[in-house]
Amino acid sequence: MQPDRMLLSGDEAVALAARGGHVRLGTGYPGTPSTEILEAFSELGGQAQWSPNEKVALEVAIGAAFAGARAICTMKHVGLNVAADPLFTVAYTGVQGALVIVSADDPGMSSSQNEQDNRRYAVAAGVPMLEPADSQEAYDFTLLGIEISERWKIPVLLRMTTRVCHSYTVVRPRPPVAPPPAPHFERDVAHRVMIPAHARPAHVRLREKLDAIAQWNETEGPNRVVEGTAARGVITSGISYMHVREADREAAVLKLGLTHPLPFGAMREFARAHGRTIVVEEGDPYLAEAALAAGLAVETKPDLFRFGELNVDRVRRILNGEASPEAKVPPGKPPELCPGCPHRSVFTALRDLGCIVAGDIGCYTLGVLPPFNALDTCVCMGAGITVGLGLRHVLPPEEARRVVSVIGDSTFVHSGITGLVEAVYNPPATGHLTIILDNGTTAMTGMQEHPGTGRSLDHGRAGKVIFEDLVESLGMARPVVIDPTVDTARFQSLVSEALASGALRVIVARRDCLLATSKIKSYEQALKQETCLVPIE
Amino acid sequence: MSPSNEVVNVVIAGLGGQGALKASDIVADAAFRSGLEVKKSEIHGMSQRGGSVTSDVRFGAEVFSPMVPPGEADFLVVLAPSQVENNRWQLRPGGRLIPPELVAENTLRSKKCLNVALAGVLSAFLDLPEEHWVAAIRANLPEKVHAMNLDAFQKGRQAAAGLSR
Ligand SMILES: Cc1ncc(C[n+]2csc(CCOP(=O)(O)OP(=O)(O)O)c2C)c(N)n1
Ligand code: SF4
Repeated sequence: MQPDRMLLSGDEAVALAARGGHVRLGTGYPGTPSTEILEAFSELGGQAQWSPNEKVALEVAIGAAFAGARAICTMKHVGLNVAADPLFTVAYTGVQGALVIVSADDPGMSSSQNEQDNRRYAVAAGVPMLEPADSQEAYDFTLLGIEISERWKIPVLLRMTTRVCHSYTVVRPRPPVAPPPAPHFERDVAHRVMIPAHARPAHVRLREKLDAIAQWNETEGPNRVVEGTAARGVITSGISYMHVREADREAAVLKLGLTHPLPFGAMREFARAHGRTIVVEEGDPYLAEAALAAGLAVETKPDLFRFGELNVDRVRRILNGEASPEAKVPPGKPPELCPGCPHRSVFTALRDLGCIVAGDIGCYTLGVLPPFNALDTCVCMGAGITVGLGLRHVLPPEEARRVVSVIGDSTFVHSGITGLVEAVYNPPATGHLTIILDNGTTAMTGMQEHPGTGRSLDHGRAGKVIFEDLVESLGMARPVVIDPTVDTARFQSLVSEALASGALRVIVARRDCLLATSKIKSYEQALKQETCLVPIE
Repeated sequence: MSPSNEVVNVVIAGLGGQGALKASDIVADAAFRSGLEVKKSEIHGMSQRGGSVTSDVRFGAEVFSPMVPPGEADFLVVLAPSQVENNRWQLRPGGRLIPPELVAENTLRSKKCLNVALAGVLSAFLDLPEEHWVAAIRANLPEKVHAMNLDAFQKGRQAAAGLSR
């Protein structure tokens, strides 16, 4: 029996709705703050799986939705950059079942490399977008997203933010709904095979769907008005709505839930009815620019509120038109590599050898901090290997020979493999060294499995990609595997040797993440017991 | 301490791995079980690497923002001595600081229970029924550590008895 009132994070609420809404398949790649959605969906009994990266995850979900099933695909904001290619074209093809794509944005960058505002993607790709403000709406909008997706046969973007994903608020779940028809394949090449002759009419169909959804959004969309003084109106969406209600109890508020395509009619009417209308939103001035372009008389926030998260205090300042510099919050203690973290030994060696280190994203990015100061670049996942190659191509040989790429195990599977293919195809004259930091888990985002661990999302047995075999299959020398914490001198000499060789080399520095060691042991033990129970034929 | 129609604002601060988030789970759950509107917000992600962690819990009849507005915390519970000064700005004038030294670690069965002990101190200043606190502790921690944490919770309540209201 489901309780009638639950305290859930936004992520958990999405999972609960997906489960109750008969989502057949959940795919994704871990990324704060989206990771817990699939984990919770799996715990609720849903079929959830980590893909090697977001592009793959979205494509698998598209296949499920083509077959008439309901699918959800989750990722952090930068994940949608990786998945942008399928996104833009699945908007054209449309879907048979339902496809809800969750983009978890991170304004303020609590743990991200940028604070891009993915509402722009909804516009660019031409997909409807829902923006929940709390866990109840995360729950409701997931179900609504499924409805919209099935009704208009279009993928839907559920755009969340860190505060919505990770805040716990009260959710009242709905009674169970009837399941959709069982998946089956129907051949429909005009809608599924995007050769130009099919894609041209598909683009026209997409715009027609968006027009129809815009119409619907005007009167039946998940938008509402909170009555208030005629002197002051606020147009807002997502978490900003909560800050607005607290910062100004008198203002009238138009809260938008479906923010693409926008209900310009309702917005115009609201703006007309109020003396001043201020748009309050986190991140880019997306709503404000759209409103201004549509000729609405609205005020937008001062530029400085484009940076970072909003809170009640900042919203008060926006409403008062204050643009003076803000008080700085005293800094806390920055994160650092755990004491005993295996990455420490690697960065100690690279520092002592004076390497130029093309880094990547994961716990090991913290190698940039003292006492190591041993990471020199970090752009996006996968860029460790490839930026290293670029450096090698143009630096003078004596400098080029010091360039090393480091990449985590999960990141290597995500987007490092193509980098090695590039190295084989376009090798720098001085060769190159890549060190795969294999700590047996996706540590950064909270210890998720990946194809290199040999265990699935729920820690069951799965196929395992063997890095040594993979590297060798590309025609490179088989990588040396070493535990960098055991014999630090040997590790250091291996690195020097590889650098001096002038060849393409890979070293696998293999030692489990300290915080994951006991978990990994218990998963493996459970799997061993399972195999023992299988009857022998 | 605050009239029931007002929102109670609690900020819990510590270092990654100290259980600040667990403590805030327990506070939020106790308020939730008391039938109140509750919101809890935290920034995690890189917290396992020992950096500063804070979690906000707000409850009352109606709560909007999940984050305690700057300088409006009624209570600031701090688990690490090093995290007191950088978080003091979160307190409202007259708000109460609950620092780690309020409960002597050597009175606890494990120093890992400090988070629950300080939640115990906090509980003495809130009018949430004790049974809901106990249920929240049981629901948020594995069974084998229930006894030591319930003990720590009581130690916290006792420590609070000596403080001014
Ligand atoms: C495109 C993209 N997806 C997801 C993330 C979130 N993320 C950052 S690092 C990382 C993987 C870290 O795992 P690994 O490479 O094994 O390094 P570790 O943290 O274990 O040291 C993830 C999933 C991201 N930054 N970019
Ligand atoms: S969580 Fe694991 S990989 Fe990350 S810093 Fe700690 S020990 Fe290292």
